[in-house]
Amino acid sequence: MKDEITREERVDNLKGMGCSRKRVEDARFTQGKGNYVDDIKLDGMLFGDFVRSPYAHARIKSIDTAAALEVPGVLAVLTAADLEPLGLHWMPTLAGDKQMVLADGKVLFQGQEVAYVVAEDRYAAADGIEAVEVEYDELPVIVNPFESLKSDVVLREDLVAEDGSIPDGAHGPRKHPNHIFTWEAGDKDPTEEVIANAEVVATESMYYHRTHPCPLETCGCVASMDKVNGKLTLWGTFQAPHAIRTVVSLISGIEEHNIRVISPDIGGGFGNKVGAYPGYVCSVVASIVTGKPVKWIEDRMDNLMTTAFARDYHMTGKIAATPEGKITGLQCHVTADHGGFDACADPTKFPAGFMNICTGSYDIPTAHLSVDGVYTNKAPGGVSYRCSFRVTEAVYFIERMIEVLAIKLDMDAAELRRINFIKKEQFPYTAALGWEYDSGDYHTAWDKALKTVDYEGLRAEQAQRVEDFKAGKTRKLMGIGLSFFTEIVGAGPVKNCDILGLGMFDSCEIRIHPTGSAIARLGTISQGQGHATTFAQILASEIGLPADSITIEEGDTDTAPYGLGTYGSRSTPVAGAATAMAGRKIRAKAQMIAAYLLEVHDNDVEFDVDRFVVKGAPEKFKTMKEIAFAAYNQAIPGIEPGLEAVSYYDPPNMTYPFGAYVCVMDIDVDTGVPEIRRFYALDDCGTRINPMIIEGQVHGGLTEALAVALGQEIAYDDMGNVKTGTLMDFFLPTAWEVPNYETDFTVTPSPHHPIGAKGVGESPHVGGVPCFSNAVQDAFRPFGNTHTNMPHDHWRIWRTANELGLHG
Amino acid sequence: MSKKMHIKLNVNGKDEEFLAEPRELLIYTLRERLNITGPHIGCETSHCGACTVTIDGKSVKSCTMFAAQADGAEITTIEGIGNPDDLHPLQTAFKEHHGLQCGYCTPGMITRATKLLEENPTPTEEEIRFGMAGNICRCTGYQNIIKSIQAAAAEMNAAKEAAE
Ligand code: FES
Ligand code: FES
Repeated sequence: MKDEITREERVDNLKGMGCSRKRVEDARFTQGKGNYVDDIKLDGMLFGDFVRSPYAHARIKSIDTAAALEVPGVLAVLTAADLEPLGLHWMPTLAGDKQMVLADGKVLFQGQEVAYVVAEDRYAAADGIEAVEVEYDELPVIVNPFESLKSDVVLREDLVAEDGSIPDGAHGPRKHPNHIFTWEAGDKDPTEEVIANAEVVATESMYYHRTHPCPLETCGCVASMDKVNGKLTLWGTFQAPHAIRTVVSLISGIEEHNIRVISPDIGGGFGNKVGAYPGYVCSVVASIVTGKPVKWIEDRMDNLMTTAFARDYHMTGKIAATPEGKITGLQCHVTADHGGFDACADPTKFPAGFMNICTGSYDIPTAHLSVDGVYTNKAPGGVSYRCSFRVTEAVYFIERMIEVLAIKLDMDAAELRRINFIKKEQFPYTAALGWEYDSGDYHTAWDKALKTVDYEGLRAEQAQRVEDFKAGKTRKLMGIGLSFFTEIVGAGPVKNCDILGLGMFDSCEIRIHPTGSAIARLGTISQGQGHATTFAQILASEIGLPADSITIEEGDTDTAPYGLGTYGSRSTPVAGAATAMAGRKIRAKAQMIAAYLLEVHDNDVEFDVDRFVVKGAPEKFKTMKEIAFAAYNQAIPGIEPGLEAVSYYDPPNMTYPFGAYVCVMDIDVDTGVPEIRRFYALDDCGTRINPMIIEGQVHGGLTEALAVALGQEIAYDDMGNVKTGTLMDFFLPTAWEVPNYETDFTVTPSPHHPIGAKGVGESPHVGGVPCFSNAVQDAFRPFGNTHTNMPHDHWRIWRTANELGLHG
Repeated sequence: MSKKMHIKLNVNGKDEEFLAEPRELLIYTLRERLNITGPHIGCETSHCGACTVTIDGKSVKSCTMFAAQADGAEITTIEGIGNPDDLHPLQTAFKEHHGLQCGYCTPGMITRATKLLEENPTPTEEEIRFGMAGNICRCTGYQNIIKSIQAAAAEMNAAKEAAE
């Protein structure tokens, strides 16, 4: 047989790894044909919504639902008293704590779910909510975790024994009724010794404010209990559909095979949609009670006030160094505000997530971290907002500490980073706080970044600007923000990563059709990352069938293999690996079939792009398409018919993407308005599957970083009122505030990942936040600024300028 | 509950007539009553633009308008902008230039962009950024949305020139 097209064309036809394949998802979204949870309509579907607490801390004296039940269209009102006989008035959290589904005697944060009204439509539900009468007795409110640890106001009476003693929590001993855990990593005494004896020590306290992932689509679900078949179907905005199925089964007692969880299209997640929320439980109960499907959709205020805040870390650091700038030790203490319930979404053994990546990209010989989790009268959550389990906090901490040390040493911060980077030849590198970094080449990335932006030129310009400012020639300062980050993603090895006992492996199942097309199903779920596009690319390269002939399906627990879902940049590192491994199983069988068809030994054929060829005789081959057909339709001795494979992948290690970012900013000291002149982002995510999608992820992640650094926060007043409950007060940047970003890359493949990929979705957020913040702080460095807390909104920037005496 | 009102609309070329409470919001009419689910809800406070539709030639956030206020109006939603056999250049450009990720903002973005390009067929980048500032996207960082709109504008202008 003669080859019609060149090998290069054959490669192109596959649209495999490395090409900027256009997204298969886009056709439906651009035509308004997405299928998000709120688009689901079922016969007789009802609508549920919550009566929420106006108080941050109060006892509930009574709930009167009689009037609500008279409202036309209202069918039922659920309270904790209704859920109690089912054992569903409380539910387990992902962090080993428990959380009220509906207020059981008291409320612990503003917006807490008090009663659930089920009605024929949203308007009737709203009328019903108005008619529910709740009598509250206000209690003292605590919104500050430091005060909480000193207060004699007990927030969680359920966690104090009758004799007043404090039983251990899920993560060990608790030292106060409002204390959740102490978690430590590294060596305390040696670190303290290094710091005590160091020639240079820089100390800083910083508050990483509370914020929220705020995807454009809020959380929601539709629960439908089919009493005839005894089967519960639950559609929802779930980043981890299988985990939700298991949790629903465990708390409801419905057997897992009778529960089908479906994540339809999801309008962004960023961590908001990992957890289990009272709305899901109440909808399920309401469907069981009414025998009808029940929909629950948060409004924006519900979303910002109640489901899944992020950050809220008070961090204190000490960094020790030689006078030349070689770092010798690092200490970090965190007081973590977890709100009224500990509902952080972290792997079980890591109550502070991967905060212990806080030695960053630097070769720091000795380090110690301790974290105290604390209850307050704020909403529960503590999710990873576009990051892998508190990595954003860790990277912010170290990238600020580096800057603070540079100031102390009167040294250039870029140079200080360079002399402390872990060297290429040190990988795999075991950090002082325990992680084994798989690979990296930091110096190359850093040098490339600094050269591209002409770092020295920028510093010279900045120096001139300071002169001009002092001479009264300008009112604008110039800041150069640097950050170099190492992420830890792809959770994770089952030996140390589980959530509620569920191992954090992931999976892929492939079925090749006889005519050479395929369907692959995964345990993950896309929320905009483009899995249907990129996973098909991985497979195309692995099995030699065109990506356009491969359907990727996720999110239906009745069909997809078990997996732990999509967050923490784990899809490519874990499910992507499972996909490659399943593809290799397909290939192994295809090899035997090809050898049979070509009448040679298995070892005499080899894979080449889209076919197996006889070694040394490339004109003799069988394409994967032909092999697929034969697999089903030809009796081959000793080989079962069919061509399918499944792989469950338990990663041997995390992956460690890294990057070098530079931001150039002009700041008007009189208005406090920062203008981003330039943002350069170099990312190393290992093997690149689809450069177009990587760039898109970087643009999006940087914009979320900009938001967090420059204004986005969930703020409370002293009474525990949320001050930022709508998009009027909660900052989401528009096209007007966002710059164009320059993207760049180096490629350091992960040595343990089957295709060397590391994950990228969260890097730009993790690296972006300190970069924007450092730019603001750097602008004020020449005038004596060491550190100011985020968010750097216009008013706070103005205030910094004012405090530094720049307003004359 | 107050008396229902008699409302007539023309949505994507189709006449609709129904009785609704005065408080019924237009986004609710579109999504729940007429099953037009392209326009989405992101905030219900006029901030995000996910619910953007065109009403009598103007971009409107349908979450903060009563159906009764739209009585007699002609409304175009994303569903009326193109169809699988005849896509609007913006729909093609958004795919070509990766102008979307989760897709939740996309119907509102494209609907708004059709008006922007009608009002100003040759916008600068700055004009696009300003003209699109009523539509929030949480995923893309806007860079590729701008690119998509620029590409669609070029495409539409070239087509117009060719036709002249
Ligand atoms: S839903 Fe209408 S502007 Fe956000
Ligand atoms: S693509 Fe997700 S909000 Fe715009």
